[in-house]
Amino acid sequence: MLQIYCPHCQELRSEEEFSCGGEAHIARPLAPETLTDEEWGDYLFFRKNPRGIHHEMWYHVTGCRRYFNATRNTVTYEILETYKVGTQPSIVGEGV
Amino acid sequence: MKQLNRLPNAGRTNPDQNINFTFNGKAYQGVMGDTLASALLANGVDVVGRSFKYSRPRGIVGHGAEEPNGIIQLGSGAATVPNLKVTQVELYEGLEASSVNGWPTINFDLMGIMGWFGRLMPPGFYYKTFMYPQKLWMTYEHFIRKAAGLGKTPVEADPDVYDKLNQHCDVLVVGAGPAGLVAAREAAEAGARVIIADEQSEFGGSLLASTQILNGVSASQWVADMVEQLKRYNNVQQLPRSTVFGYYDHNFLTILEKRTDHLGLSAGKGQRVRQRLHRVRAKQVVLATGAFERPLVFAHNDIPGVMQASSVSTYVNRYGVAPGSKLILATTNDNAYQTAIDWHTAGRDVVAVVDSRQSPNGELVEQVRALGIQIAVGHGVIEAKGGKRVRAAMVAPLNESGSAITGEVKRLPCDLIATSGGWSAAIHLSSHTGAKPVWDESIVSFRPGDSKQQECSVGACNGTFGLRDGLIEGATAGAKAAQLAGFGLGAVQFSPVELVELTQEPQQALFLVPHSRPPSRAPSQFVDLQLDVSAGGIELAVREGFESVEHVKRYTALGFGTDQGKLGNINGMAILANALNQSISETGTTIFRPSYTPTTFGAIAGRDVGELFDPERYTSAHRWHVEQGAKFEDVGQWKRPWYFPKVNETLDQAVNRECLAVRNSVGILDASTLGKIDIQGPDAAEFITRMYTNSYLKLAAGKCRYGVMLKEDGMIFDDGVCACLSENHYLMFTTTGGAAGVLAWLELWQQTEWPELQVYFTSVTDHWATATVTGPNARKVVAKVCQDIDLTPDQFGFMDWRDGTVAGVAARVFRISFTGELSFEINVPANYGRYVWEALIEAGKEFDITPYGTETMHVLRAEKGFIIVGQDTDGSMTPADMNMDWIVGKNKAFSFIGQRSLSRSDTLRDNRKQLVGLKTIDPNIVLPEGAQIVSDPKQPIPMSMQGHVTSSYYSANMGHSIALAVVKGGLNRLGDTVYCPAADGATVPAQIVSSVFYDPKGERQNV
Repeated sequence: MLQIYCPHCQELRSEEEFSCGGEAHIARPLAPETLTDEEWGDYLFFRKNPRGIHHEMWYHVTGCRRYFNATRNTVTYEILETYKVGTQPSIVGEGV
Repeated sequence: MKQLNRLPNAGRTNPDQNINFTFNGKAYQGVMGDTLASALLANGVDVVGRSFKYSRPRGIVGHGAEEPNGIIQLGSGAATVPNLKVTQVELYEGLEASSVNGWPTINFDLMGIMGWFGRLMPPGFYYKTFMYPQKLWMTYEHFIRKAAGLGKTPVEADPDVYDKLNQHCDVLVVGAGPAGLVAAREAAEAGARVIIADEQSEFGGSLLASTQILNGVSASQWVADMVEQLKRYNNVQQLPRSTVFGYYDHNFLTILEKRTDHLGLSAGKGQRVRQRLHRVRAKQVVLATGAFERPLVFAHNDIPGVMQASSVSTYVNRYGVAPGSKLILATTNDNAYQTAIDWHTAGRDVVAVVDSRQSPNGELVEQVRALGIQIAVGHGVIEAKGGKRVRAAMVAPLNESGSAITGEVKRLPCDLIATSGGWSAAIHLSSHTGAKPVWDESIVSFRPGDSKQQECSVGACNGTFGLRDGLIEGATAGAKAAQLAGFGLGAVQFSPVELVELTQEPQQALFLVPHSRPPSRAPSQFVDLQLDVSAGGIELAVREGFESVEHVKRYTALGFGTDQGKLGNINGMAILANALNQSISETGTTIFRPSYTPTTFGAIAGRDVGELFDPERYTSAHRWHVEQGAKFEDVGQWKRPWYFPKVNETLDQAVNRECLAVRNSVGILDASTLGKIDIQGPDAAEFITRMYTNSYLKLAAGKCRYGVMLKEDGMIFDDGVCACLSENHYLMFTTTGGAAGVLAWLELWQQTEWPELQVYFTSVTDHWATATVTGPNARKVVAKVCQDIDLTPDQFGFMDWRDGTVAGVAARVFRISFTGELSFEINVPANYGRYVWEALIEAGKEFDITPYGTETMHVLRAEKGFIIVGQDTDGSMTPADMNMDWIVGKNKAFSFIGQRSLSRSDTLRDNRKQLVGLKTIDPNIVLPEGAQIVSDPKQPIPMSMQGHVTSSYYSANMGHSIALAVVKGGLNRLGDTVYCPAADGATVPAQIVSSVFYDPKGERQNV
């Protein structure tokens, strides 16, 4: 069970309080109607599945009810950082 | 009752305190301090079970978690416990145990006949034989399970109580052997909060059976002193009888503490906690879990009387039991010679030590020589002789590498063969973290791999088998762990333990003792005793093309038993490596996963059972419903009235009555469970408009609008009414089950995509109680208790809402309708819920107001063709599929969630499944929900499926059954006849009709 630092509550809390929201930093296209089916399909359905560094959203559902992002190593499950929505991760790169 | 094998030196037991117990129905006596294993051995019980596959008689082999054979069922009835190891069951007065294998008895086993056909049951036998024909697998499986069996689960409810404890500590020490004890002491001295857990009844680990002198006192005394010292720290929690069974992410470990098991079954009488699950988050972990002695693999090494050398020593030294009289010790190392000394000291006969090495001359070896014990160097025990007990060992000279027999085979009579092939580090917990074990040829064992967590392994589980080195490692690690957790400077505080350790010569790596015949021809050389995996079986798997250790494990079942291969795995992998002409490192090991030993489900559940299994949510009028005899339905965690039967009324009768009452007079429904989200902020209308398919920008205060919410893929996700309470203030209703999901969904978009929109969400579901008064007489009922709202249709129209008072309570009244009738949804603060409900019932008496439940609600809405999200939709339905194109705003400025997906080629495709009504040709047949729909029942299989029934009821108002269904291209097929094959083979014809059965123009709600 993971232990996750909520950047809003500023506390390390147990995974039980959170739910994972999948890949972070996916911007919704500003003009969806101008996209081809394929482009829209990419936005809708295609997600990274890296071995190693992954940026993902978490929701502190039984805590502050706020979303934030985490940089997690998908191999070791180590959470390298958490940061607020709208800010950028300090750790980037894919693979280990 | 004489205990044949009890020694004068009682070890750590109390010989004056007799304990009575029964095993397989026979009465025995043991003493305080015994395990069931030591007591059985004391009584000379040789056979404790039958093997899994061949049903061969099996005796006790080990003395701890590694025991593969002594698997028993404790007690009977509700508290019975299956699959315990005799070596881990502490003896208590009145203990009743029976073998899990063996029918009708372990001594005369009908299934033993399987053993005669051993060669006919190679590995993969079940796969090869029983998988074909596949239809018979169910039959075979039943037979195999009965024959194999591993105990019986109790069928009654568990009478015991369990609990869970969430804990944090700075340093968790796993294992209270020598290394663990000193580690805990160092960490405690540095000031760290320490938990030290050990699976045994008392701390000490290997020292409990050791003759070693430490700091000038006996090992037992040294342990007792250490335990005393640790007690003086108030920052140390000692957990004996506590198995750390899992090591999970971020240093989260689980410990099963057995609190009353040693006192007897249900000793807690449902009051005291039987077992406690500690869920520990540790800053640092020190693993000191020791090692398992590796048995030697030779022909018929499974005959009762073949034991682990260290186990023999443990029974002699710790329990005062000699499990036999004439010992042959087979070894590859110096260490095991201690067993010969212990046996000799106990006054029993050591027939010979059989050492595979050509010229062993270590200090222990010399001590044994000095005792005049015969040592056969360069020899091996190649086969055991005997039936239900060893009668002799076949001993032969071996070549230097131990791979072949070089001379004449001799028969040495004996009744006990103790074997030692060296030690395997117990790397299980380290493996749980994902660390990949590393093979170390110099110690003939795996070592823990690179640490993936904040942990380190010390002592024997780190491959450090010497006591002195283990103590140093433990102390160092304890101090270091404390430092890493923020305590002390990392330096060891206590002076080193003084002890004299004999020097040992190198051991020999010997994983399979050769036989005169090759493994495929020799009598079975068992590698995994519990699952009857032999060396020949592993070699056969290789000949059949298996190369990966993980595949061979699954094919042969090596390590699949309840002992998880604690004894057999390393030998098995080495034999596999040899057969593949690989090194052991190349072959690798299988991965250990939690649980380390079997864990009681009750402890995992803790108090989350019965009423506490899941929270139950009640509406404020719940007691009223109960008093009226309502039947309830679970909707998520809510208990909702399902229907309100009158005396002797069936479900159908009650629902028909309730349905007719609503349409002909008035009914009342408790709708409090609907999700309610209060939405405020200057951008609320804009935000809501982006979430729903229709627009809310022009919704005036006092007005409501029905909306459908889509996921971004265009599929219906939730629906409900949203009301404008005032400027910048809205109330959104969601489905009962969807409330939490919708709130998370709103938060997601606001927080991550449109943080610039000023809008705030608050769940107010529980704040309001809702009573829906519906039916042609609804206005008359409400008028009796509500004087300050003008209820006339032109002042309070359909889809309006008004503030006012109902029965004197401040209320919001909504004219929204899920029945198609004139409806008033009356919302009052939840604390007034029952009061207002009863006032409405009272007011409705003259109109025979009828309370109704979810079943009637479903029928009435289906008569109107109103969908239920999650019943008529399944996450693959667009508004157009539901024939609800009218709900999709065509001219919205902002591309609302899901809009773009509505013009994807797939969502525009012809022949999508569309919502229609079905009317069975026979009006009395109610189609089963979920029934498949075909166009031609005579079409050969596979038939082309046209869709399925989503909702189906008998409608008393219509006088016939009604159904909603999704049918391919259904909206263009009105009038067609389709067929629903029923489970009983019949085919039900039905006509496709409009999904609106009742009042198609919607006039009744609009009055």
